[in-house]
Amino acid sequence: MKLRNWNIGFWLLIALGAIWFVPFVWMLVTAFRPKQEALSASFSFNFTLDNFATVWSGAPFAQYFVNTVVIVVGILAVQILTVTMAAFAFARLDFAWKNIVFLLFLAQIMIPADVLIFPNYNVLSELSLLDTKLGIMIPYFASAFGIFLLRQMFMTIPPELDEAARVEGYSRWRILWKIYFPLARPAYIAFGLVSVSYHWNNFLWPLIVTNSVENRPLTVGLAIFAQSFETGAQWTEVSAATLIVVAPLMLGFLFFQRQFMNGFIHSGIK
Amino acid sequence: MRWKTNAFAWLLLLPSLVFLFLFTFYPIAKTIRLSLYQADLATPVPTFAGVDNYVRMLGDEVFAKVMVNNALFALGVVPTSIGLALLMAIFANKAIRGTSFMRTAFFYPTLIPMIAVANIWLFIYTPKYGLLDRAMQSLNVGEINWLGSPDYVMWAMIFMMIWKEAGYLMIFYLAGMQNIPPDLYESAQMDGVSSWTIFRKITFPLLMPTTLFVSIIALTNAFKLVDHLFVMTKGGPNNASSLLLYYIYETAFSFWDQGMASALTLVMIVVLLLFAALNFFGLDKKIHYH
Repeated sequence: MKLRNWNIGFWLLIALGAIWFVPFVWMLVTAFRPKQEALSASFSFNFTLDNFATVWSGAPFAQYFVNTVVIVVGILAVQILTVTMAAFAFARLDFAWKNIVFLLFLAQIMIPADVLIFPNYNVLSELSLLDTKLGIMIPYFASAFGIFLLRQMFMTIPPELDEAARVEGYSRWRILWKIYFPLARPAYIAFGLVSVSYHWNNFLWPLIVTNSVENRPLTVGLAIFAQSFETGAQWTEVSAATLIVVAPLMLGFLFFQRQFMNGFIHSGIK
Repeated sequence: MRWKTNAFAWLLLLPSLVFLFLFTFYPIAKTIRLSLYQADLATPVPTFAGVDNYVRMLGDEVFAKVMVNNALFALGVVPTSIGLALLMAIFANKAIRGTSFMRTAFFYPTLIPMIAVANIWLFIYTPKYGLLDRAMQSLNVGEINWLGSPDYVMWAMIFMMIWKEAGYLMIFYLAGMQNIPPDLYESAQMDGVSSWTIFRKITFPLLMPTTLFVSIIALTNAFKLVDHLFVMTKGGPNNASSLLLYYIYETAFSFWDQGMASALTLVMIVVLLLFAALNFFGLDKKIHYH
């Protein structure tokens, strides 16, 4: 009896999993359907790539794609530098006001930049960075999440390694980049996946900051594209555009499922 | 030696601190100040107005509506997603066939941007052609304009959000379950305890810290994620689906009422600090930084 109950629960959850796939499959199928047939009630096996051609030529998605890649890579590159340095200070150095500074970083986790859209817009305007890629990136250059994650990782590295390196004549700066940086690889992968996913998908901040095709990322481009149609007549094209935006992360997830899930487990402190 | 360590530490922290001050503390200070000023299209030079903005806010029906909406949205999304996430994790944690399918199915919405989620679900909720209406037509139950009706729009948003979020919360439970000693289960099974009792007496209580932690993430997200509103409803009909952050956006960038936008931002900050306080008083520190 006990086993039977458990089995029913199991199959219910498998069914729920199948339901969870429905929205994605619905979009996937629609993206490849001829326009007229997608809205008709009957089903046929006609598929086409026309929608992608229309989307690609009808809106500057290639430019948006490049913009998003530049933004995501730019943010991650600067973050890795700032986060590594700060994490080392917290993990290995004993300095004045350490706890107070630590609490300052905690504030960023409690009040993320996402909700400070209006004041940060003003800060950006004071810096004359409105409608630039740097403007989209700069509020994220310091990452408390990354610092805490890396600090945690650095603290597991045996301090005897430092001493050995010190005897060899290494400076602390070199110890940081030659020993800690390579040894903390798993933490960088986790942090990198979360950071890339987050900024690939970010919408509200770039929407406010950007005003031109040259700087607009994919998410904002997609919203503008979707809103240029009022009626349901363009569903196939909107689905195709949506697929273009989500495809890179979905493919990455397909190949590196375990790494993605491990990375996002750490994102809890965000 | 001592001053050298101090100097080195502060140099390492400097880049992060500069950006932290520029985009967290400085804007918060500015927000507090500007919330005490009248600064809108009619007053190009901000003039001190005391607590006027806050008084006006308390009398503002839209503000009241938005706060109630946000509370309802959180109430609809948070407990259900958490319950579902726990259920998903319990089954996805077993080492049998089908569990990796489950994990993939429940987790993948985490990686889809809110704006794409909105496009997909718009085509599910849309009258006549949408997936939901087609299904209802084939069952011969009447059609509902999910996003066009003030009575249903919040339900539509809540359902979509649960779909988006439950799998994300699931992975924290999966991680939490790794920390439960397996011999607890073995001895319980030896004593012939039923699986419901095992859940009630072992799994659930030992996962309590995870549950608290996950609640705070979900609560914060209910106030932070508003991207979908831009594509789906623009807060409508008649503000029935609008949320606090969306109202801040409208006040700042559609109405250009900077004083009010600052006051509203401060309300948002206080809400988030309250959630953080829950975290500190309800949680063990070691869970926070595992």
